[in-house]
Amino acid sequence: MDFRFTEQEQAFREEFLSWLEKNLPKGWDPSRYRNYETYEEWARVHRDFQKRLFDAGYAGMNYPKAYGGQGRSLMEEVIVLQGLASTCYELRGPGVITFGMAAPTIHVCGNEEQKKTFLPKILDGTHIWCQGFSEPNAGSDVANVSTRAVKEKGHYIVNGQKVWTSYAHIADYCILVVRTDPNAKKHKGLSYLLLDMTLPGVEVRPITQITGEHDFNEVYLEDVKVPEEMLVGNEGDGWRITITTLMFERVIGDATMAALYETNFKRMLDMAAQVKQAGRPAIEDPLVRQRLGQAYIEVMALKYHGLRSLSKQIGGDIPGPEGSVGKLLWSESNQRITEAAVDIQGPNSQVMGGSPWSVQDGFWQFNFLRSKGNTIEAGTSEVQRNILGERVLGLPKDASRALRRS
Amino acid sequence: MDIKLSEDQVEISRQARRFCENECPMDYVRAMYEDERGFEDTFWTKMAELGWMAMRIPEAYGGLDLELMDLAVVLEEMGRAVLPGPFFSTVMLATEALIEAGNESQKTAYLSKMATGELKGTLALCEPDGGADITYIQMGAEKRGETYVLNGTKVFVPDAHTADFMVVAANTLPGQGVSLFLVDPGAEGVTVTTLPTMDGTRKVCTVEFKDVTVKEDDLLGAARKGREPLERVLQRAQVGLCAESIGGARRATEIASEYAKVRVQFDQPIGAFQAIKHRCAQMFLETESGLSILYWAAWAQDHGDANEAALAASVAKAYCSEAYTKAASSAIQVLGGTGFSWEHDIHLHLKRAKGNELTLGDPAFHRSRVVAFLEG
Repeated sequence: MDFRFTEQEQAFREEFLSWLEKNLPKGWDPSRYRNYETYEEWARVHRDFQKRLFDAGYAGMNYPKAYGGQGRSLMEEVIVLQGLASTCYELRGPGVITFGMAAPTIHVCGNEEQKKTFLPKILDGTHIWCQGFSEPNAGSDVANVSTRAVKEKGHYIVNGQKVWTSYAHIADYCILVVRTDPNAKKHKGLSYLLLDMTLPGVEVRPITQITGEHDFNEVYLEDVKVPEEMLVGNEGDGWRITITTLMFERVIGDATMAALYETNFKRMLDMAAQVKQAGRPAIEDPLVRQRLGQAYIEVMALKYHGLRSLSKQIGGDIPGPEGSVGKLLWSESNQRITEAAVDIQGPNSQVMGGSPWSVQDGFWQFNFLRSKGNTIEAGTSEVQRNILGERVLGLPKDASRALRRS
Repeated sequence: MDIKLSEDQVEISRQARRFCENECPMDYVRAMYEDERGFEDTFWTKMAELGWMAMRIPEAYGGLDLELMDLAVVLEEMGRAVLPGPFFSTVMLATEALIEAGNESQKTAYLSKMATGELKGTLALCEPDGGADITYIQMGAEKRGETYVLNGTKVFVPDAHTADFMVVAANTLPGQGVSLFLVDPGAEGVTVTTLPTMDGTRKVCTVEFKDVTVKEDDLLGAARKGREPLERVLQRAQVGLCAESIGGARRATEIASEYAKVRVQFDQPIGAFQAIKHRCAQMFLETESGLSILYWAAWAQDHGDANEAALAASVAKAYCSEAYTKAASSAIQVLGGTGFSWEHDIHLHLKRAKGNELTLGDPAFHRSRVVAFLEG
């Protein structure tokens, strides 16, 4: 067993981190949790920064050169993503779906034409993608998608509504799950399309979330004509493509989140030394120390579980349903850690960013609220525990779901 | 990066699983639970013949010179079986103390016999006023001419009642500084009493020392320099306990899930209910992530730097021992009335889990230790 990077990987990591230090966008302030007032500005900085990564040869380390990647290893990709997460996670924000879902789906399941068309433009920062999976009646029951796509003269005519579409308002394209066969069983009738967001009939309406920000949207689709070349895989493959990609990506996501949380934990430790209780630094309180210790332990659980899963994947194992462990680890630990962090601040924890009384620019207040979405997005905790219970431990499905699939 | 067991380790694991299934079924565990000594010599000899006592001992003393990770694989299986007896105290505490602190003649005298199972040992560390703080060592060892005289009480000493020798950590007088001593539990002035602890499969004793004379030859390592080697021994033993705990937690998860598949209430297997299913899923989650932390902690002992090794041991001890207690408790809930009965084996897991949690620093002790490490 070996937990270290190889010498080459270590050298690459150092080279990348030193490049990163010199190439962060001008004016970007790491002490602030949000540097950009508008999404347009945030998206522009994100695109420019991605271009800079691309030009320097750090974009898509594990993607083939033919598609704009570097033709190197998955471990090097993870090294880059971890470096970005621990240094400047904010700059990655608008690209979460683009790099976490769209790119790997196209890479693994797309045809040659789709890979050549879309991957280079993703890797060089030209395009931002959003994800059209959820619908008003397809939340945890995502196979219940009812957005219809009917094939007609070389096009799919798409009608329906998507919801919780992250970054649709700044996205150029959307990975869209649609129903092509209403007569097939739930999972079987789904297909996977690549949607140009500028097509006529695509309407985006904002959803303001608990933080007051607007990461998410409703997307209304009315007689949208999607060229048939935009189908990924075959008709009816939608579910399989969605699940496969998610499982491969989950492992990379876990390793990245752990890097982010390690940075956050350092911030938390500093915070606990700064804020006072009864005139003394909070960190001197034994109860505070317990919560800090527990927070760190949870970060380590995520980190080493993520690395073990990654190592298995690099060793050739096909990731399976046990990947839900990682999703639960990063989402639920973030809630507990941010709860502990605001508790440590005492009454000051009510103060959001922007006041002389704000603690660390309101970082923890924002993250406390934002973390409430973590156990809902990307598959709720309940769905993840169903997956572990049924597909890993072999427990039976509950009666209503068992009926549907019989 | 390569985070999986080697082929050899997988083979060691298989062998340990076979041994435990054949030689240490639950009725044997129960018999030893009731037994005053807590193990049989024939059982001990069989384990010694497999080389398990010798795993960590250097080749020069008849050992196999293997890594902690290799031993962890065996301990995981032992934890799964709730294996009774003084393996942990002998192999993880006494053996490691001799490897870490012993001089040449002590190593020759002790380790070669420990490798074959002829000698069993333990570590007398905790004190009545120390609580969970395993660094609290106040018992006095007063230097008088060529000897040391020990006075005081040690508590929670595993298997002292059957040990051939104890490693005793005491504060050296006059002045201070921890020294380690090799003491015969049968020596004059030593009184060993078995405590009625929750986990009957692992006997725990109090040991009183009244004017116990120890020759200078039996000073283990340098006088007043005992803290550092002791710290390294304790870290490895903590990781060893984590391996046991994860093995036990895995078993508890299996027991609960298997039961949930066959127990029918309201006309369906109870595992179909999310309240049960999610409980089982949580057990799996904590066991799996505990295993990842265990591997890190064991690897850090074998290959990491001193800081990482210490940090990882505390992270692991807090996480893995709690994971076992939670898994065993959850399993009881899933099993319902059956789980609450003496007849079902699950209570043996809960009791071992509680013992492991409280041995060598409880989770609260280790959490605060983690913060102290990180503050630098």
